[in-house]
Amino acid sequence: MNLPEDLRYTKEHEWIKKESDNKVRIGITDFAQDELGDIVFVELPEEGDTVEADDSFGSVESVKTVSELYAPVKGTIVEINEELEDSPELVNESPYEQAWMIVVELEDASEWDNLLTAEEYKAIIEED
Amino acid sequence: MAKNEFPLIFERSKKERTSYSLPDLDVPDIDLDAEFETPYVRKTAPELPEVSELEIMRHYTGLSNRNYGVDSGFYPLGSCTMKYNPKINEDVARLPGFTHIHPYQDPKTVQGALEMMYDLQTSLKEITGMHEVSLQSAAGAQGEWAALMMIRAFHEANGEHHRTKVIVPDSAHGTNPASAAVAGFDAITVKSNEDGLVDIEDLKRVVDENTAALMLTNPNTLGLFEKEIMEMAEIVHGVGGKLYYDGANLNAIMGYTRPGDMGFDAVHLNLHKTFTGPHGGGGPGSGPIGVSEELAPFLPKPLIVKENDEYKLEHDRPQSIGRIKAYYGNFGINLRAYTYIRTMGAEGLKKVSEYAVLNANYMMRRLEQIYDLPYKQHCMHEFVLSGKKQKKLGVRTLDIAKRLLDFNYHPPTIYFPLIVEEGMMIEPTETESKETLDGFIDAMINIAKEAEEDPEIVQEAPHHTIVKRMDETTAARKPILRYTREDNS
Repeated sequence: MNLPEDLRYTKEHEWIKKESDNKVRIGITDFAQDELGDIVFVELPEEGDTVEADDSFGSVESVKTVSELYAPVKGTIVEINEELEDSPELVNESPYEQAWMIVVELEDASEWDNLLTAEEYKAIIEED
Repeated sequence: MAKNEFPLIFERSKKERTSYSLPDLDVPDIDLDAEFETPYVRKTAPELPEVSELEIMRHYTGLSNRNYGVDSGFYPLGSCTMKYNPKINEDVARLPGFTHIHPYQDPKTVQGALEMMYDLQTSLKEITGMHEVSLQSAAGAQGEWAALMMIRAFHEANGEHHRTKVIVPDSAHGTNPASAAVAGFDAITVKSNEDGLVDIEDLKRVVDENTAALMLTNPNTLGLFEKEIMEMAEIVHGVGGKLYYDGANLNAIMGYTRPGDMGFDAVHLNLHKTFTGPHGGGGPGSGPIGVSEELAPFLPKPLIVKENDEYKLEHDRPQSIGRIKAYYGNFGINLRAYTYIRTMGAEGLKKVSEYAVLNANYMMRRLEQIYDLPYKQHCMHEFVLSGKKQKKLGVRTLDIAKRLLDFNYHPPTIYFPLIVEEGMMIEPTETESKETLDGFIDAMINIAKEAEEDPEIVQEAPHHTIVKRMDETTAARKPILRYTREDNS
């Protein structure tokens, strides 16, 4: 299972990458894409939308199910990955690189410290 | 054309081949363009297929032979209650007194049809323990929506416009949160506990003075009876919310308990499931709704009422949410359900639920020896297995479902409910014999063995069907939604 050490994770299977002190990039993990199977549609919010931590910010649809995407942090969406609209398969092919989903400007930069490390996330998925 | 491809009727067409000779024109021929000043007069022929009568027969008989239904084999599609549809229902539905009438007729001339609807309302009231029933909703999802609109109208009539939350368990049918959203509510999830039942503590956490209703299926989608239903009703009623019963799983409880006695304020029923309306292939379904006395004024109108031995359509219902379907619902399906209820009688319907539950438990106890069973307690009319043991061998639940086709079984519902990993939801219904159940169980055992010894045969299934594994991913990512004709002349 591919779990880059420099990322943070959530129990809802999102990864979070620090872009600068108050900006993070968010996507779903390799484990999540494998569980979902072939992704056929990604629904993302608009740039400028605000999200609360633990709220749904979009959804991913695979051949077998539709799954909500949960915001790991509170803030404003400053960028979305428009490429996923036409190429949802990137989520399967490159979950940590090409298939990033949104960039969020944090309201509270210390939220980063509450997120799971690769090791902590690994323990959660292995428990299942 | 490849050997196994079945041509469309358009592809069988040959120019000027006909099945029927129209009589000579016996009215004056007119020039449409001269008569109608409109751009809508078509300029080209409608390109209807041109085939002989024999070709039509072969085409549709061929298609019907490729169909798979409960009349051709076992169909344990969980939550859908694919039971046998007794053919006496069809006899009754074809009686001229029912087929030769029209909804626009004066009610005085269709008293028999109205009596049937009135009696069906009465039977459904008794079965569900509700105060009043409307037969109007076309199927389950419309029944859900209509009931939620009534609950909304009730709260608004009381000036409680702040009730915007509808609570839905994480194991619920997907239609529940969808209906809540369409009815203008926010769907809020309540979690299941480790026994697969609603987590009472979580329910207490999400319920508050903004709660409009709790939607619940009982037994739930895991096939488990929500034993704490009385406490749940107390919690929701305690803050002024209403309880809505999704009747998808009523087949498990008839004659044993009733939604009305469990504290529900509104229910919908699926007459095409529990009450043997033909199911699948577009139905149609029928999703009557039943309500408590408090909600009755809000029922869709008209309602069928009886006054001094005369049956009438009551339109004067000022608080009604209005008409929700043309005429009075799917009359033909309601008639089949009425026939079924009259055929079975009260004791018979109780036995239906008894045998449905017995069949499911028999299958579950044999299959749990091979497949993972996440919730171990006795089930009601259906149960959910997990394919996680087989997943470790590289065989997914989807593969198992496809392999079942090779054994000539319809697969169970898969990947639902969402809280079970690699879920397989199996509902045998009461109409199947022990031999049929054993045959299916043996096929499942066989497939589990193949997953260990020869996984490829499962991963590449089906092998014996006319169409092999479909490319569902490409179909979803790049759907072709329109047929384009090749010139076949």
